[in-house]
Amino acid sequence: MVQGPKLDWRGKDIISIRDLSREHIEDVLYHAQQIRPDPNLLQGRVMASLFFEPSTRTQLSFATAMQRLGGRVIGFSGTESTSIAKGESLQDTVRTVEKYADIIVMRHPLEGSARLVADTVSIPVINAGDGANQHPTQTLMDLFTIKKFHNRLDDLKIGLVGDLKYGRTVHSLALAFTRFRKIQLRLISPPNLRMPPSVLQELTGIVSYSETDQLDLSDLDVVYVTRIQKERFPDIEEYEKVKGAYVITPKVCETLKPTAILLHPLPRVDEITPEVDTLPQAKYFEQVQNGVPVRMALLKLLLLGA
Amino acid sequence: MSDGELKVSKIKNGTVIDHITAGMAPAVLKILGIEQGCHDTVIVAMNVRSQRLGLKDMVKVENRVLEAETVKKIAIVAPHATVNIIKDFAVVQKIPVELPQELIGIVRCSNRNCITNIERVTSYVVVESREPLRLRCHYCETLIEGPYASVLLL
Ligand SMILES: Nc1ncnc2c1ncn2[C@@H]1O[C@H](COP(=O)(O)OP(=O)(O)O)[C@@H](O)[C@H]1O
Ligand SMILES: [Mg+2]
Ligand SMILES: [Zn+2]
Repeated sequence: MVQGPKLDWRGKDIISIRDLSREHIEDVLYHAQQIRPDPNLLQGRVMASLFFEPSTRTQLSFATAMQRLGGRVIGFSGTESTSIAKGESLQDTVRTVEKYADIIVMRHPLEGSARLVADTVSIPVINAGDGANQHPTQTLMDLFTIKKFHNRLDDLKIGLVGDLKYGRTVHSLALAFTRFRKIQLRLISPPNLRMPPSVLQELTGIVSYSETDQLDLSDLDVVYVTRIQKERFPDIEEYEKVKGAYVITPKVCETLKPTAILLHPLPRVDEITPEVDTLPQAKYFEQVQNGVPVRMALLKLLLLGA
Repeated sequence: MSDGELKVSKIKNGTVIDHITAGMAPAVLKILGIEQGCHDTVIVAMNVRSQRLGLKDMVKVENRVLEAETVKKIAIVAPHATVNIIKDFAVVQKIPVELPQELIGIVRCSNRNCITNIERVTSYVVVESREPLRLRCHYCETLIEGPYASVLLL
């Protein structure tokens, strides 16, 4: 990876993929590739990890990232033991936190909460998920993984498979690809779980896309699978009918290009069978590991500015 | 408009909102808060001929000066409207409505799960496109399509 133009990250927050230009994305990925554990880099810095809604993976990944760079972590997971349980407003909570920490990493069940916090405090804020809206560090680790195996983020054929209606990770990934060139998206989903018109509208004219309910993966460079949840269907029969059609099995993988990569935001349930895990195209465990270097890079950039 | 018609609809002092998108006069009345119990003269014309718009609506309110916030709201439902200020039967000022880039405290976000609909936070919506009207919540990034915006006015 080549280093892009030198960007100044001071004063920046990571709230939405919509805020990130191609240069920003490339800069994060470049630093993520370069960064190594260093107990002195962020020594004396404090990260407030505010998980108003628990999330094991994301929370641990941020904490690990901070600690590997020598920083400390304070915070909470779940709001039972905090003053929020007593009805304190989000803004009041973070105004206090701001006095104790150098950076905030937050997950919250309400959409827009992360932007509100970023507008309220003067320390940098990283959104680790605001309801159904954004989870930009997930997208950055998805892009990091794709770049790692294909050595490019332009000129790719990408299949997004499964629940494209409610899946925030696929919306965000699709939007991220509007920053790159010659991208072809194949949107593979049951008819009731298509990509929302509001997302399609943002892609139109920038990224070429096609919608289908057929699991045709033969020419794709990237296959990004998401879970189809029972709750999205009016009745169980309908769900059973549809669900089997989007399961990735070794047989389905026979049609994949040898260079294709299979990704999944995890946790995986049964949309990718365990036998697929050992196939060369299965990269979802590596994808989740990439969360740590990407988050190390972000913490470094936001706290040190470059 | 003929002289005869104008005589019927002359006001001494107040505001004439002209070039309202045809059919949107009721929405403008709602924005103006005109309802039972308000005593000033209000004249409403709907679907009258207009050179610019084909058909247009018009609302004339006696003794009323519009606040800036009200004009922003009118711009959402009637982007081509002109606000005419009437003094002593004459038009003394003519202001085309203009939708600002950002609407603060003007339209509510349509997403129920948005922080602005749960905590005490002033709504903040960005105008992404004027025609067709498309707004986006600054906080939760929900897209609000023009036709819905008028029902979300605060
Ligand atoms: N005193 C008044 N009472 C009511 N309506 C008026 C009065 N004066 C002007 N208008 C109306 O306000 C609008 C703007 O007036 P004017 O500037 O004279 O016309 P235009 O914009 O069509 O050139 C017109 O629709 C006109 O009929
Ligand atoms: Mg800030
Ligand atoms: Zn909102």
